[in-house]
Amino acid sequence: MSVKTLEIDGKMVTGMAGETIFSVAWEHGIHIPRLCHIGGISDVGACRLCMVEVEGQRKLQAACLTQIEEGMVVRTDTPRLKAHRKLIVELLMAERNHICAVCVANGACELQELARSMGIDHVRLRYRFPVFPVDTSNERFGMDHNRCVLCTRCVRVCDEVEGAHTWDVFGRGAGSRIISDLGEPWGASESCTGCGKCVQVCPTGALFDKGKTVAEMRKDRGFLKYIVTAREKKQWIG
Amino acid sequence: MPPNAPAAAPKDNREKLLERAMSRHQYSGDALIEVLHTAQELYGFLSPHLLTAIAHKLRLPPSRVLGVASFYHFFSLKPKGEHTFTVCLGTACYVAGALGLVERLEKRCCKAGTTTPDGKVSVETARCIGSCGLAPAVIYDGAVLARVTPEGLDRELERIGAK
Amino acid sequence: MTVEDLLEKQTEETERQAALENRILCCTAAGCVSCGADGIRGAIAGEIKAQGREGKVEVCGTGCMGLCSQGPLVLSAADRKLYGNVTAADAAALVSPNPIDRQALAPREIDLGAPFFIKQTKIVLANSGRVDPERLDDYIAAGGYQALAKALNEMTPKETVEAVRKSGLRGRGGAGYPTGLKWELVAKQAAPVKYVVCNADEGDPGAFMDRSVLEGDPHRVLEGMAIAGYAVGAQQGYIYVRGEYGLAIQRLQTAIKQAEREHLLGSRILEQGFQFRIDLRIGAGAFVCGEETALIASIEGKRGQPRQRPPYPPESGLWGAPTLINNVETFANIPAIVEKGAEWFSAIGTANSKGTKVFALAGKIVNTGLIEVPMGATLREILFEIGGGIPSGKFKAAQTGGPSGGCIPEQFLDVPVDYESLARIGSIMGSGGLIVMDETSCMVDVARFFMEFCMEESCGKCIPCRTGTVQMYDILRRMTTGEADEDDLAMLKGLSELLRETSLCGLGQTAPNPVVSTLKYFAGEYEAHIRDHRCPAGHCGLEAKEATR
Repeated sequence: MSVKTLEIDGKMVTGMAGETIFSVAWEHGIHIPRLCHIGGISDVGACRLCMVEVEGQRKLQAACLTQIEEGMVVRTDTPRLKAHRKLIVELLMAERNHICAVCVANGACELQELARSMGIDHVRLRYRFPVFPVDTSNERFGMDHNRCVLCTRCVRVCDEVEGAHTWDVFGRGAGSRIISDLGEPWGASESCTGCGKCVQVCPTGALFDKGKTVAEMRKDRGFLKYIVTAREKKQWIG
Repeated sequence: MPPNAPAAAPKDNREKLLERAMSRHQYSGDALIEVLHTAQELYGFLSPHLLTAIAHKLRLPPSRVLGVASFYHFFSLKPKGEHTFTVCLGTACYVAGALGLVERLEKRCCKAGTTTPDGKVSVETARCIGSCGLAPAVIYDGAVLARVTPEGLDRELERIGAK
Repeated sequence: MTVEDLLEKQTEETERQAALENRILCCTAAGCVSCGADGIRGAIAGEIKAQGREGKVEVCGTGCMGLCSQGPLVLSAADRKLYGNVTAADAAALVSPNPIDRQALAPREIDLGAPFFIKQTKIVLANSGRVDPERLDDYIAAGGYQALAKALNEMTPKETVEAVRKSGLRGRGGAGYPTGLKWELVAKQAAPVKYVVCNADEGDPGAFMDRSVLEGDPHRVLEGMAIAGYAVGAQQGYIYVRGEYGLAIQRLQTAIKQAEREHLLGSRILEQGFQFRIDLRIGAGAFVCGEETALIASIEGKRGQPRQRPPYPPESGLWGAPTLINNVETFANIPAIVEKGAEWFSAIGTANSKGTKVFALAGKIVNTGLIEVPMGATLREILFEIGGGIPSGKFKAAQTGGPSGGCIPEQFLDVPVDYESLARIGSIMGSGGLIVMDETSCMVDVARFFMEFCMEESCGKCIPCRTGTVQMYDILRRMTTGEADEDDLAMLKGLSELLRETSLCGLGQTAPNPVVSTLKYFAGEYEAHIRDHRCPAGHCGLEAKEATR
C-alpha cells in the first residue's frame, strides 16, 4: 500500500492509499465535525457536517467518503463551511424536539456538543414541534423518536456488527423514522438480541438505557473498536 | 399461511400467484420491489401479514421489507376505498387549477392520502401522471379524466353515491 | 431472423401497406385515449366491416401525434389528412371511399402545413404517430432494427462508441453529459458482466416526453439499448419505468416479446454471436429514483436512496458491475445516429448541443402537446410559432427543468435553447418539460409549489435536503399567506446556498433552483408579498386576507 502526502488546513500530513480525508485528518488532530460517521461501521455521508473544500474541485466533498490523493489540498474550517455546519445543526435542532434540560443524554450528547462548539445559542429557524412517540416497550432500553437525528448509526451497527438487522428506516423525507422489525414495539421484536450496541452508538438521547434520568446517560463506544479489531486483525485489544 | 385471505374464498389462488412471482425471481431479495408490486396487485394493499410472509420467503429482515414498502408511494399499507380519485399535481395541472380539485375532494370526502370512514372513496394525489395535455387531470379508478372541474367531480361523486 | 430476412420483411410490409386503399391511424397515446381514442378506433373497425372494406382499408393505433390539445387525433394516410377532436360519429365518413362523404370531415381537418408541424425536426419522434407501436412489422417497414444490423455487421464495438462520441449527442435526461464519453467509460472496463440501464423514471412534473416515446415507438428504445449493449460489451439491459405509466409498460412488454421471438433481442441476435436481454423494472413512485445511484438501489430491491459518487456507475453500478445508464430519449437517438452517421447528426443543432430535443408543451399555451425541435431553436419560436402563443395573450414565464430548473422571463425569449444557454440564465435543459405561465401565475407560489414537490420527494437521507426543504417550503408558504418578513427572505437565501452546496444528490442540490431563479427575475413579487402583503398576480388572495384582519 502506498503512502500519500497531502495538505489539510495548511498542515502537511500523510496517510495510506484508501484512507479517507476524515480519518487522516483526525489522526493528525484535525477534528472535522460529524454526526453519522462512527469508526467501525460503514459510512453513508448523510449528515453533511464533514463537508470540506478540496482545491481544484468545484463541489464540496464529504470527508468521510472521499479518499485521499497525493498532493491534495484540503480546507476543513473556512467561513463558508462553518456557516453551512451551523445551519445544518440549527436545522436538526428545529426538526424534532431536542430539549436538553429534560434529556438523559444532557452533557453527553453529540448534537448538543456540536451546537455548543459552534456557539449556537439560539435557532434562527421555526421549530417544527412534530409529535413523535417514545417506545419504552423494551425491557432494558428506550427509544425516543423526538431526539432522533436519523443518522442511521443504529441501523448500521445492528446490521453490520450484530447481524440482526432489527432496525431500518420507515417512510421517507421528513416523515422518516426508525423502526424495529415490522414497525411493532421494540419490546415485541423477534430479531432484536438485546445487545444494546445501537444504544451505545446513538449520538443523542434517542436510544437510552432505561432507569437513567436526566443527564445520567453515558455512552460507551469502546466495544466497537474492540469487535472490529478482533474481526479484521484477529487482535484482542484491552 | 394465507395472508389476509377471507376464509370463504375457495377459488382464491392469490397465494399461488404470489408464490409464482417469487419463484420466478428465485426468491432473490433483489426482487423485493417486483414481489411487492405483485402482492399489491393481488391483495390491493400490503398488510403486515403479507409483508411478514414475503420477508420470510425472500429471507430478508422484516424491517427492511417494511422500509422499502414505506419508501415508495405506490405501495399502500392500508386498504383502499371502493373508488379512488387521484388528482394529478404536476406543474401543468397545478397551473390549470388542480389545487381547487383537491380542495373540493377534501371538503366532500376526506383528506388527501386517506379514505372515507365508510370505505367508499380514497383521495390521492400524484406527482405528474404525464397527461399534461389534459390538465387538470384526475385518475378515477384507473381511467384518466381530462380537464376536470370541481363541478365535474361533484357529478362523479353523485354518480357513485358518495355522501 | 437474419439481416436478409429483415430486409425482406421490410419490403413485404411496405408493399402490403402500399396495396391498401387507405390506412387510418388513430393516435392511441395516453392523451388521446383519455378522450376516447379507443372507442373511435373500435368504431372505425366496425365501419370497415359494415361497409365491406376489409382488405382495402385498415385501422391501427399509433403513438403520440403531438397535438394533444386537439385529441382524439386521426390521420388518414392515403391523402395525408389529419383530423382533430374526432368522435365515433365520424367513423363512417373516414372509412367511406366516397369523396362527398369525406367532405363532412372538413371542419375537423388540421392544417399539416401549420407552423406546429413544419417547424419541427423529428428524429426521436420520427415514427411516433406513424407506426403501430404494437406491431413489430410496422417498425421494420419504417427501417427499424437496420441500425442494429449495421452495427453488428459493419462496425466493431469500438467504432460504434466512436460514432456516438463523434455525433456530439449529450444525455437527454437533463444534465447533458456527453453520451459517447459515458459509453467509452463503460466499454473500457474489463469486467465480465456489465449492464445497460434505460432510465424511464420520468418524474418531472409537467414532462411526458419519455412516456410518449415509449408508448409510441418502443422498439426504437430497445434497438438503441441493444446497440449500446453491443458497443459497451453488456448482455443484460434493464428499463426502469415509472409504475404510473401503465400503457408504456404494456407496450414495452409486448415489444420485448416480439423482438425476442424474431431474434432481434435475446440470444443470437440476427442469428449472430451477440446476445442481449432486456428486462423491465417497474418503479414504485419515488421521484428521487431518477437519480442514477438511487435508481440502481431501486433495481436492487432497496430503498431508493442515492449514495455518494464517485464511484460513478460506469465504474461500479448495478451489483457493483460497470453500468451504462442513459435516458429514454438518449437511447432513442442512437439508431438514427448509427444508421445515418455521426456527421449527419452533428450537423443539426448548435456548436455544443447537437441534434434535437423533445419538449412537452403544457400550461398556458394554445398547442399543448409533444414537439421535437433542433437544439438552438429559441423559446420564442417554440412557444409562439409552434406552440401557437398564449391564450390570454400575456406571457410571463416559461419553466424548464421541473423542480430542478428555473423560470425564464420574457427578456430571454430569444435565447437559443441549448444546455449552456439555459444554464447561463439560471435554468436547465432538464428532461424537456416546458410549462408556460401567464400573468395569473404567482411566481412565489410557483416556487412554493416546486419546493413542496422536493420536500415530499426528498428521500430523507441527508440532513440539508430532508430538513432544509421543509423549512424553505414553510417560509414560501408563509410568504403566500402574508406571514413572512425580511428575515425569512434572508434565511431562504441562506438555505438555498446550503442545499446547493451540501446536499448529497442532485435532487437536493438543485431543489433551490426554482426559488433562486424566481428571486432573480421576479424579486418584485417577493417584495410585494413580504412588505405590502399583496400578490401582484392576484393568485394568493392576500388582499382578501388583509381585509379580514
